[in-house]
Amino acid sequence: MTRGSPQPLTDAERSALTEQALKVREHVIRMSTGGGCFIGASLSCTDLMVYLYNHLLDITPETVGDRQRDYLLLSKGHDVPALYGTLAELGFIERERLRNHLKANDAIYWHPNREIPGIEFHSGSLGHLLSVGIGIATDIRLRGERNRVFVVLGDGELNEGTIWEGALVAKAHGLSNLIAIVDRNQFQANIETEQLIPLEPLADKFKAFGWNTVRVDGHNFDALQGGFAQLLADAVGPSVLIADTVRGKGLPSIEARADRWFVNFTPQEVEALLAELHGEQAAQLTSKPLIVR
Amino acid sequence: MTSQTYQDLLVALAKDDPDLVVMTAENRAMIRGLPELLGERFIDMGISEQTMIGTAAGLALRGRKPIVHALACFLVMRAYEFIRTDIGIGQLPVTLVGYVPGFLSVANGPTHQAIEDVALMRGIPGMQIFCPADREELLAGLPQVINSGKPCYVRYHDGDPTYHHRVPCELGRAEAIGEGDVALLTYGALTNEVYAAQTLLRSRGIETQLINLRTLAPVDKQAIINAARSKRLLVTIEDHFLVGGLYTIVAELLLSQRLTAIVTPLALEQRWFKPLLYQDLLKHEGFSADAIADRVERAYREASA
Repeated sequence: MTRGSPQPLTDAERSALTEQALKVREHVIRMSTGGGCFIGASLSCTDLMVYLYNHLLDITPETVGDRQRDYLLLSKGHDVPALYGTLAELGFIERERLRNHLKANDAIYWHPNREIPGIEFHSGSLGHLLSVGIGIATDIRLRGERNRVFVVLGDGELNEGTIWEGALVAKAHGLSNLIAIVDRNQFQANIETEQLIPLEPLADKFKAFGWNTVRVDGHNFDALQGGFAQLLADAVGPSVLIADTVRGKGLPSIEARADRWFVNFTPQEVEALLAELHGEQAAQLTSKPLIVR
Repeated sequence: MTSQTYQDLLVALAKDDPDLVVMTAENRAMIRGLPELLGERFIDMGISEQTMIGTAAGLALRGRKPIVHALACFLVMRAYEFIRTDIGIGQLPVTLVGYVPGFLSVANGPTHQAIEDVALMRGIPGMQIFCPADREELLAGLPQVINSGKPCYVRYHDGDPTYHHRVPCELGRAEAIGEGDVALLTYGALTNEVYAAQTLLRSRGIETQLINLRTLAPVDKQAIINAARSKRLLVTIEDHFLVGGLYTIVAELLLSQRLTAIVTPLALEQRWFKPLLYQDLLKHEGFSADAIADRVERAYREASA
């Protein structure tokens, strides 16, 4: 497979991505019961995860321990159901294993950890993995290797000072193999970002830090293909792709709502949400959001 | 040739081990030659302790052995959650060297006083704590720490040795000097003062055993248990808060062993110390050799009464 191709997606590629993203969303919805999960943030980055693993990252279940692999670090962490689902669809883990979500016999919980093949490092505490990514990227450069490090950041996570420390250091050290991706879904835990700690103009902030910056629709695979191609062509220094996304994308009944961040749905609601995902009527939801932050 | 300085040792180790890298948050006082001597394997992160620790974790994930050199207070406290979360949960082989810990921050003031560093570091599962008494121990212990494959906090001290070490420096093994009715338990830079106090006490007719613990994690449990069983008095002497340091370690150990003993702590109780130059500071705070001898003698008289 060509990784990071500047060529436009073919119809077949686009259809395959759309189909896989739908399956990953099904996995995410199924993880939102029996204890629940951070469904809103997981659905906002689902298309990103599917695109990255299919068209950009040089990593497969066979090369998961290969020194030459590309690295993906999920810094915001609580969106890990989207990553679990993508890893399951691509064969890094068995699909059946997702049924172990929150079970004592496995390690599939609300934040990432290294017991899951394909997950590079644990996260959950915000503002950590950009710096871990800087370390990995630094080693790759010291060894003269060519692999790349992608770090997925939440927009709320950009409140953390270490993101901006890391932005300074990555630029100072000229880490051309480091690529941040901001899942710009407009919400932090309880409230819209612009109502609490406004981030805009966000692209200008990264540009001012000297990063190569593009901003695209994070649910449009063609836009992602074009955006990364533009970003990574002869990049000098660190790069960031700001992906404009919708929290809860794919489920109109929970899209862009502050109160659907973390919910533990009933099994009946899960069935209704799966139907809604496939274009049937909107789910009738009565489960209350859980206050976890 | 045996390395004579901390910097020489780092260069020698780096020569033998291509995976070794040295990082700093722009604290270059003891390592000014490293940019030239190590080239790209010297990584100055600027004044960003948290990002430095995360970066060290990333380097360790790729097989590097990072030695992170920074001021103890900012390394341990500004970056604490990064140490706990990235290095601790990951159990990554990162060596954290805390410069000017305890009284060694002298006249800087409370912002710079790392006197809760032991308490914080021993709260992280798997974190080793190495407290060399002088340069000889620093240079002997550091290669063991770096090659242990585990995280370690080093309470940096490179002062001149004031006595001849009879027991080779080995992690988890205390050094006992002398024999007597009182055990003087200590670690790090204060060991020299305690050694001088031991001489003063001998001239006053009180024989003591100095126990230089060298590492507080792992700690030489048997050395402490033996002291508790055989001595009339134990004195813990440390430039650290009373909470969470050596006195706490001794208390936890004796309780778990169902041992009772008279233990007198010389430590900082619920306050920061007076910012002064080192010798003035030791006198002011009661940690000069004279002051230690006086305080031990008083405790010994009370214990014997």
